Amino acid sequence: MLVLIGILIIIAGFLLRFNPLLVIMASALATGLAAGLDIAAIVAAFGKAFNDTRYVSIVWIVLPVIGLLEAYGLQQHARTLIGRMKGATLGRLLTSYLLLRQAMAAVGLTSVAGHPQTVRPLVAPMAEAAAEAKNDALTDDQREEVKAFSAATDNVGLFFGEDIFLAIGSILLMKGVLEGYGYVIEPLHFSLWAIPTAIAAFLIHGFRLRRLERRMAQKDVAQETGA
Amino acid sequence: MITLGFVYVLAGLTFAAFALLGLRDRSNPKRFGNAAFWGLLSVSMLAGDRLGDFGNGLLVLALVAIAGTDQIGRAPGGDVPAEIQAERAARHGPFLLLVALIIPAIALAGTFLFKWLPGLADPKQATLISLALGVLIALAVGMTRLKPPPLLPLQQGRRLLDAVGWAAILPQMLASLGAVFALAGVGEVVGDLIGTTIPEGSLFGATLAFGLGMALFTMVMGNAFAAFPVMLAAVGMPLLIKQYGGDPAVVAAIGMLAGFCGTLMTPMAANFNLVPAALLELRNPYGVIKAQVGTALPLLAVNIVFIWLFAF
Repeated sequence: MLVLIGILIIIAGFLLRFNPLLVIMASALATGLAAGLDIAAIVAAFGKAFNDTRYVSIVWIVLPVIGLLEAYGLQQHARTLIGRMKGATLGRLLTSYLLLRQAMAAVGLTSVAGHPQTVRPLVAPMAEAAAEAKNDALTDDQREEVKAFSAATDNVGLFFGEDIFLAIGSILLMKGVLEGYGYVIEPLHFSLWAIPTAIAAFLIHGFRLRRLERRMAQKDVAQETGA
Repeated sequence: MITLGFVYVLAGLTFAAFALLGLRDRSNPKRFGNAAFWGLLSVSMLAGDRLGDFGNGLLVLALVAIAGTDQIGRAPGGDVPAEIQAERAARHGPFLLLVALIIPAIALAGTFLFKWLPGLADPKQATLISLALGVLIALAVGMTRLKPPPLLPLQQGRRLLDAVGWAAILPQMLASLGAVFALAGVGEVVGDLIGTTIPEGSLFGATLAFGLGMALFTMVMGNAFAAFPVMLAAVGMPLLIKQYGGDPAVVAAIGMLAGFCGTLMTPMAANFNLVPAALLELRNPYGVIKAQVGTALPLLAVNIVFIWLFAF
């Protein structure tokens, strides 16, 4: 039971808005101590895991390219492009991106798009421009919501597309765990059972994107009653 | 053969450049903190395998100390003025878009090519290696045509990373915390607790507990991978599969997706939820989560109903 102290530290730390890196370290130390490890062993375990997961942080190598392109006006160009397309509404734009992201993830191409690679330089400015096309008086709050939904759409597309791909980590994990219990299951079965949820995710999030478009077209935000 | 090691060297050199450029930026009152932070990250990328576990642990403690004492900041300004950007966009627009699409295009092509022609690159890491190649090619193409000052990409890249700040390593830190949790057996304890809350003899109750447990435990751990073995052992296997005869493929596949609904709602999944908020410069660090809750909750309900409908 005592090892749950780490979870309490995490929840309290995030709620009280302490620096998350400090909160994580405190949680790791408390959990390790509660489990009877000594400090040196906890530091070493954390260090080993940090070194093993470096691949998580290599995505930042795209920033010099994004920085170069943005300095030359990529975001402006993305906006101009949307301005020229008459049918490109906010809802249609983000729904198309959702479908594209789900389809790419479903064939295993998860790292092709993402927040630094596509959302910041392309999707978010395009979404802003599409919202502006209907409402020339977009407020700061509305602008913030459009950007937040651009990122959210990337996440929903990725999460509810990737499990259709046979060789993704989560499917291999499920296969491995179930084999431990004596159930040998072909990866294809897991993939197929991810499809109903993928469709439901598309319908639910797509519906919310349509409502977002309508909300962003309203100039008087005071009447907005929340999502 | 190209391996992930090549990508780590590239990342290490990039972070080293960010550290050096940051050190020279006198307009940033916290330049020493920034330089130390990105410098340490560069050491981790370049030499992490030679530091040993404890050495890496000390490196992490130093990173946490720098961030935790608020030694990281960004210099004000530095943006290219909007008029200049607009004028350049009018001239180079389509070319910029083309270069932006080089990265995903190479990542895509490389993923297939390296699997198809084994021996060129480590097939298990094909996409990450291709992503790095895409970056190098896009940079070369962009530099050749635009002829910017040579350091401009690194300077602008550094500004973007400074805007993200310490959140840049949050995902890696949370993944490491997960490893310590696993070592301490946190999962088993949580699983036992949830197992005791299920009403006896209720199939729907058990399904509900499994789906909600996946989502909640995923929210605590920040990813569904950590929650899955625990919830399967506590509820999925003994009740849904063994006692009620549910189809293990359905229970596992849709249970995992119920966990993904939890991922959409937690700050612990920093790379999906907090990092983009920083990257898009949102005022509310939880803005992305706020946008996702309305999709995650109904989808979680749908997943629980799907397990109940399809597994039995």
